[in-house]
Amino acid sequence: MMTSLLLYVPLAAPALAALATAVAGWRRATAWAGVTAPALLLTAAVGTAAVTTSGRALTAGGLLRADALTAFMLLVIGAVAVVATWAGVHHVGEELAAGRTTAAAARRYGVLVQAFVATMALAVLADNLGLLWVALEATTIVTAFLVGHRRDRASVEAAWKYVVLCSGGIAVAFLGTVCVYAAARHAGGHGTAALDWTFLIQHAHQLDPAVMRLAAGLIVVGFGTKAGLAPMHAWLPDAHSQAPAPVSALMSGVLLSVAFYAILRCKVIADAALGAGYTRALLLAAALASLAIAALLLISQRDYKRMLAYSSIEHMGLVALGAATGSRLAIAAVLLHILGHGLGKAVLFCGAGRILSVTRTSRIAAVRGLLTEHPALAAAFGLGLVALLGLPPFSLFASELGIARAATAAGLGWAVAAAFGFVLVIFAALARHGATMLLGGPAAHTAATVADPARGIAPLAVGLLACAALGLVLGPLQPLLHAAATLVGAP
Amino acid sequence: MNQTALHQTLFVQSLDLACGVFLLTAVGVLWRRELSALVRLLAVQGAALAAIAGLLAVHESSTELAVVAAVVAGLKAVALPRLLRRALDRSASESVLRNHLSGSPAPASTPAALEDKPRRYEACPPPCRRDDRLADRTAVPQQALRRETRPLVNVAASLLAAAALTLLAYAAARPLVALAPSPVTRAAPVGLAVVLIGFFLLATRRRAVSQIVGVLLVDNGIAAVAFLTTAGVPLIVELGVSLDLLLAVLVMQVLTTRLQAVFGGTDLDELRELRDS
Repeated sequence: MMTSLLLYVPLAAPALAALATAVAGWRRATAWAGVTAPALLLTAAVGTAAVTTSGRALTAGGLLRADALTAFMLLVIGAVAVVATWAGVHHVGEELAAGRTTAAAARRYGVLVQAFVATMALAVLADNLGLLWVALEATTIVTAFLVGHRRDRASVEAAWKYVVLCSGGIAVAFLGTVCVYAAARHAGGHGTAALDWTFLIQHAHQLDPAVMRLAAGLIVVGFGTKAGLAPMHAWLPDAHSQAPAPVSALMSGVLLSVAFYAILRCKVIADAALGAGYTRALLLAAALASLAIAALLLISQRDYKRMLAYSSIEHMGLVALGAATGSRLAIAAVLLHILGHGLGKAVLFCGAGRILSVTRTSRIAAVRGLLTEHPALAAAFGLGLVALLGLPPFSLFASELGIARAATAAGLGWAVAAAFGFVLVIFAALARHGATMLLGGPAAHTAATVADPARGIAPLAVGLLACAALGLVLGPLQPLLHAAATLVGAP
Repeated sequence: MNQTALHQTLFVQSLDLACGVFLLTAVGVLWRRELSALVRLLAVQGAALAAIAGLLAVHESSTELAVVAAVVAGLKAVALPRLLRRALDRSASESVLRNHLSGSPAPASTPAALEDKPRRYEACPPPCRRDDRLADRTAVPQQALRRETRPLVNVAASLLAAAALTLLAYAAARPLVALAPSPVTRAAPVGLAVVLIGFFLLATRRRAVSQIVGVLLVDNGIAAVAFLTTAGVPLIVELGVSLDLLLAVLVMQVLTTRLQAVFGGTDLDELRELRDS
């Protein structure tokens, strides 16, 4: 009984923080309450993980359920949200001090960010495919005004494209959900229970294959849109580059992977009904397309926030490659990759936000000699790039290696070769852009001096440390990863 | 013919009628160009969708479905069209205000004035772009702002595309119909056809309001597929989806106003601030 209360904390904590900000506005106290809420979420996730590692599942209220996979996703959401909201305290404080935002806009920001965290938590806690869809569409709604926060031409354009493309795209997944429901009703399901994970998994082999083929295709395309997989990625670079930095961190670090989580859940059911070949083909195509698009557009990229956005498409491509492989090792590597990418990207986007407020430009060429001018900030950003490039000691090294090994073992050597060919191109492009920004003499622009450029570095350092620690030792995460991979992976 | 058989025939006939209206309104959206006509058609389509749900509720004597039918009627036949109309009125009144401020009288609505003017911002060097656009905007009559002036695909081709998409829908929906063949599920491809027409609208229309209508068509189509194949998704999901949709349209309405404010129009061709290199 007590343990099922754990499932309400991830929803209640951010909801209360949102309420507090809505009532009291953006102040010191509510800003820090906004950091406490994800910290509580993270604590509840650790508790849930402790219970579910043994293979048990927690349920609450008939609509919420947590198993090892849910617990792991909650850990990711909590960890990234702590970094992002912590960095957000300084970000918004500085914007307010510089007069670039108003008290009303700051209040709206505080409320929407917490609502965003709560809807993502709801998405992974939902026991039901329908409710998962509702939660994911709700993330689009609460983030729309965050993307269009600045209300200038570029950000309103990005917000419009984001809402229309994501709502339209994710509607496709709802059509898939309707098809799953039709198949489940035919297999004897009734009402809400027919869309529950437990029912769908137990009756997967009775679901009509022809309908499931239609459903799985629609679901991969629909949730793939939200996960930023090519060729449905068009909204992503615009939205990620226009949103305030901490929001970009959350969108890139967690929102994409929460959408991918939906694909993983549905893949289990589709594979049981259809055999693994069908979703594998779909995911492989999406993986290679995403990597190719990211490689092509990163080479000539001139805006560092867009550069980070395309790097997210790359990493979702790698995640899709691992999911296509589908073995237990591959899924464990995918989950570790999701966590490492979330932390690394949170650090980088928040760092990019700091760079933007120090230099007032988002053009790569205009930011030079960051290392001599702002060493702490430059070090955090540079180390984040190193993490993203998949270099040790950061955990993305281990997870990329894991994905490559598992895929090769599953006979997908050609796909691995193609994928890592693209990764190499991306490596070169990111390294070159990074060097332009960090090295060299100070830029010609006279930097609008910020009171203390080293302020707000703490959350970035914590994120980097966590990412590096994960690369060295998995510790207690190992059994959880194993349990979660068992739920999705083929034996 | 006995009583039940008569009821059955009546039910199937009225259901087919409602489905026919449902599909025709979608085709009508492709045919009409006045944005206000699109909103009216959307309201009729919402009513047809509610009728489908209501007929099924009576047929299966299900209270849950009756509740859903009432929600659908309130949301899709009344609330959403009203929201869209407000977005339209606001953009129209704003353009009148602009005309007034710039000193030019509101031009008469001659047919020639309704013709779309060639507008080439690209030919103009950057410094003059904004002024050019402003002058251009004040010259566009109010009525033109309320029309889909230049769809990427013309009306005749759009109607042909609708026919092709309907055929495609019938082919794609075969597994769904085969799952449980009955007069009701046999109508399900109509829903799928409306989904496809909605996506076609999203891809080929350039006014913000037309795109919202496209999203709503997609959603109506999915709801129709759900009603016809499974008598609707579970109530809690249906309520969640309806709430999401209402909020999404509210968000889009607000964004339309902001687009109007920063771009001086809701022509989505203006959206080219963001692109790579």
